[in-house]
Amino acid sequence: MEVDREDGRSQNQLRPLACSRSILHRAHGSASWSQGDTKVLAAVYGPRAGTKKNENPEKACIEVIWKPKTGQIGKLEKEYEMILKRTLQSICILTVNPNTTTSVMIQVVNDDGALLPSAINAACMALVDAGIPMRHLAVAICCCVARSGLVILDPTKLEEQKMKAFAYLVFPNSVHSVLPKGPPSVQGEPIENGIITSFTHGTMSVDDYFYCLERGRAASTKLSDFLRRNLQQQPTNSSKAG
Amino acid sequence: MGLPNASGDLSTEVEVDAFRRLFPLRFFEKHLLESIRPDARPLGRARDTTIALGAVASANGSALAKIGSTTMLAAIKMEVMAPSIEIPDEGCIAIDFHMPPICSPIVRPGRPAEAAPVVAKQLSDTILSSGMINLKELSLVSGKAAWMAYLDIYCLDADGALFDAALLAAVAAFSHLEIPVVSLNDDGKIVLSEEQGLSDREPVNKEKRKVNLGSIPFSLTCILHKNYILADPTAEEESIMETSVTVVLDSSSQLVSLYKPGGAVLAYTSAIQDCIALTRQRVKELQKILEEAISGMEVD
Repeated sequence: MEVDREDGRSQNQLRPLACSRSILHRAHGSASWSQGDTKVLAAVYGPRAGTKKNENPEKACIEVIWKPKTGQIGKLEKEYEMILKRTLQSICILTVNPNTTTSVMIQVVNDDGALLPSAINAACMALVDAGIPMRHLAVAICCCVARSGLVILDPTKLEEQKMKAFAYLVFPNSVHSVLPKGPPSVQGEPIENGIITSFTHGTMSVDDYFYCLERGRAASTKLSDFLRRNLQQQPTNSSKAG
Repeated sequence: MGLPNASGDLSTEVEVDAFRRLFPLRFFEKHLLESIRPDARPLGRARDTTIALGAVASANGSALAKIGSTTMLAAIKMEVMAPSIEIPDEGCIAIDFHMPPICSPIVRPGRPAEAAPVVAKQLSDTILSSGMINLKELSLVSGKAAWMAYLDIYCLDADGALFDAALLAAVAAFSHLEIPVVSLNDDGKIVLSEEQGLSDREPVNKEKRKVNLGSIPFSLTCILHKNYILADPTAEEESIMETSVTVVLDSSSQLVSLYKPGGAVLAYTSAIQDCIALTRQRVKELQKILEEAISGMEVD
């Protein structure tokens, strides 16, 4: 089933990705991520001493501040901050630097659809740039469900608004295992099939959602390869923190 | 030092309550091995749920929902306003969720709860995208006047599963909502008519009517911990095992929302299917409870 997308992409095609790290000199880690016209800047400061009042001092704490392109900070920004914070908490190894706070600042430069996944990807790359210890990377993708049940990936803002539902999915990155027996699996499924975060909007059928998951996983493999190439090309300058 | 050794030595000597505070995760895991939780619920069962309609007499629609100890009070006030120019034949719903300091020791007047704006936005998204309320029903005179429904939900006791209880209270309040009678007066303004039968005023709507509800959304929050799935967590369970999945299904089994905000445990397909199955059961339970509450009100 072919679908006409305005920019001529096929249903599984992602927009051109671009990522650069260490663009801000005073931040301990920074990255700029763009998917088509959506562009997000992420900066990481930390780890700094001390945690906030309600947080557990035996673990590192992650704080996220989301700055929209225009307008005041409202409930949408608070929700994105909470989702981003919990996603990053699940990928970072929090027991390595207890009683510290790492601040992640997200600045939206342009919003043309799939904003939260771009921000998660940018934050992840900024954390790598800052040298924060992580278990695996978070690879985020947006899937839209059209009224006909067709799933398209990486929508633009117009497409997001027209479609009946969309889902933001975050997976761990795909594993290239050096072990002879292959990558570890849980319950018969490889680790990269597990969902770290899922955020949906709009009503879709349960089968549509599982279809989105399949497409999302396939796309996350492509994104993981992009991240791997990008990280291997540009080695991190490790003389920033402290 | 060795914490595991310490708890092993102490577990025979320390009282249950002290063990619960000192080693909360071990306390819960001991229960999970027997497929039960500290409050004697099996893993897939939700707490006792009650709905009381008409809790706030001065509001146009209200409900008090309790899931276990979590208590939510929802109230709807209707006001007439001018509709927007782009959509002249639709009304509007404004949803707000408050967590006053009464609900939990963590919330203080100067320190608002972090969860409040997040739950408010989630509720707003869920209710508007589920198609429960057709906004065209809230229109009075196309282009000139339409209803604005202010839905306020107050959390009176925060004991876990806040979103579930808030959604249930909101849905119950909408099912109790009665749109008041209004008429057009000489200046062309809409006024509330107190009595019917005033000669020079023609009522715009003849009688107090209920809103037609489309497919109603119901939700269930589950916690994932290793291989266990715990339905309807209490606040203690949520603070110890942080990975939660909230599934919202509507009465025609369409998925309105599947919300998993991060968390250390990854959700595989089998876990998601189990959560959706638990939610389907819960939807049937909640539909029954809501219908009983509505028919109880009508008898009065």
